[in-house]
Amino acid sequence: MSKIRLDNLSHSYLDKQNSESDWALRDINLDWQDGGAYALLGPSGCGKTTLLNIISGLLNPTKGKVLFDGKDVTTQTPVERNIAQIFQFPVIYDTMTVHDNLAFPLKNRGMTKTEIDGRVKEIAEMLELTKTLNNRASGLTADGKQKISLGRGLVRSNVNVIMFDEPLTVIDPHLKWVLRSKLKELHQRINRTMIYVTHDQTEALTFADQVVVMHEGQIVQTGTPVELFEKPKHTFVGHFIGSPGMNILPCKIQNGIAEIDGIKISTNSKIKKSDFVKTEIGIRPEFVSLDKTGIPAKILKVSNTGRHKIIDAECSSGKIKALSHSSKEIPSGSIFLSFNQKYTYAYGDSWIIE
Amino acid sequence: MNKTVNQKAWLFVIPVFILVAFNAAVPLMTVVNYSFQETFGNNVFTWEGTRWFKQILRSDRFHDALGRQFLFTGIILLIQIPLGIFIALTMPKKGIGVSVCLVLMSMPLLIPWNVVGAMWNIFALPEIGFLGHTLNDLGFDYNFTQQIGDAWFTTVLMDVWHWTSLVVLLSYAGLRSIQPAYYQAAEIDGASRWAVFRHIELPKMKKVLTIAILLRFMDSFMIYTEPFVLTGGGPGNATAFLSIDLVKMALGQFDLGPAAAMSLIYFFIVLLVCWVFYNLMMRNEEQK
Repeated sequence: MSKIRLDNLSHSYLDKQNSESDWALRDINLDWQDGGAYALLGPSGCGKTTLLNIISGLLNPTKGKVLFDGKDVTTQTPVERNIAQIFQFPVIYDTMTVHDNLAFPLKNRGMTKTEIDGRVKEIAEMLELTKTLNNRASGLTADGKQKISLGRGLVRSNVNVIMFDEPLTVIDPHLKWVLRSKLKELHQRINRTMIYVTHDQTEALTFADQVVVMHEGQIVQTGTPVELFEKPKHTFVGHFIGSPGMNILPCKIQNGIAEIDGIKISTNSKIKKSDFVKTEIGIRPEFVSLDKTGIPAKILKVSNTGRHKIIDAECSSGKIKALSHSSKEIPSGSIFLSFNQKYTYAYGDSWIIE
Repeated sequence: MNKTVNQKAWLFVIPVFILVAFNAAVPLMTVVNYSFQETFGNNVFTWEGTRWFKQILRSDRFHDALGRQFLFTGIILLIQIPLGIFIALTMPKKGIGVSVCLVLMSMPLLIPWNVVGAMWNIFALPEIGFLGHTLNDLGFDYNFTQQIGDAWFTTVLMDVWHWTSLVVLLSYAGLRSIQPAYYQAAEIDGASRWAVFRHIELPKMKKVLTIAILLRFMDSFMIYTEPFVLTGGGPGNATAFLSIDLVKMALGQFDLGPAAAMSLIYFFIVLLVCWVFYNLMMRNEEQK
């Protein structure tokens, strides 16, 4: 078990870096507490897997340091770091039985047969693999194979950190829920640091206490699911998290007050300067409501999802989505929209103005 | 629904039919014809039944040639398969080195058989050949034209030089298709280099290795040109493998009947070994 610290980490897959886009990761600084459940969330290609592989030691960073409990482990191998990692696609040893697959990491570390059998049995029971323990691993379905991969990651009890790289991609939706809650349960039981990489916000938000949102090789925000929802630090976090995502509207700043279509908007931001290239207002659809005054808009479409109604409206600055209760009557045509001030933020060059 | 009956379609099969008839069926049937009869030319044949087959199967000469053939094939498989895998494992995985290695590896495969034989003949000549001369200079009594051991050594070395590349290329292709995640997982599981080879690389190479072994078995079992040019089957009959012996019998002694019977037996041995080997590999596959 250990505290993980990433110090000014940058990585590039190229030998020479000419521009920002040559970097897969840029200036990553992170502090992770021992025993936490963390998620790395971001779209494909944002650098999450690169970051994970650097933490596990499969990859050496171009710049920066990785510290476990204050000790520099940047040049150590995965074995020396004593970590476990589970990959996106099932990795199994074809020639071995399920039991031997699960026992493999323990055997390589010279544990005795009785110790191994005990651990394997425990893990197999947790993942419901007991019945197939003596079968050849290569005969199983993709689900079963991924369970073996998970099992191999969880079978060692003394690892510093367990890392999951989109481990549920190949799993059936219903089993996904089961396995995800198993992992969560396991985390509470063994209390070990876990890092979970995913591009699925539901997975990240349900698994983790702290979510790290990544975008184009940088960390844009670290926070609890609630923080990410209520106060996105970057417009990317705003529209990546939430369904539908945050409304982002271009605005003007006049004497420290934001304006959309000439109408003053009261925000939760204290705007002190106005020398931004781009200024925007961000508001989640959940906090937009139909009103008698506010921004004039026209309703384009209303869709009922059963839980709520999604209202697609348009004002002169752009499109706005609003959510309302599914039983509420929505007028058609021209309306006014008002924003809940507490959840309305101004963004300067995509970053929040606090 | 009724299918339209159109027998004219058969017309389109005729070219292929003729082609196959002339390059496979007719020659094969001619051989079958010779194997049951005796002829002294002028198209006069007398029926001999299975006499030639019995004669061949009982002859020491055939047993010796067959023994030499199995020994040769066994030796080159035992050398080429492990050596090929080993070279494939040590080949670079990216960069300019890949192309350089692949081109170098393909070179021996592109040289015609008789040229390979001639090359090695000159290369190994004890007086003037680079290999032969050097070995003698180093104090070895090396002469492949007179000493049985040296003749075998040279023939095996030549075949290894000519064909190991094929095993290398097939193994390399098999290795390149392994997902990096397998190596990463093994690294995290703390697997030794041997365990990675035994539990990841070897199982993933199984299919290409099956093909490599089959190809190398067939080719080496039917080898003719290279040893013919290199040693001519000698000294004595020491390197007279099945096909060399067969040609001696058919064209040297003009024993067409026994030679025909021998080639059919030869053909069935190749077929049988391939069939057994292939089925063993496939049955293994199904058990999974």
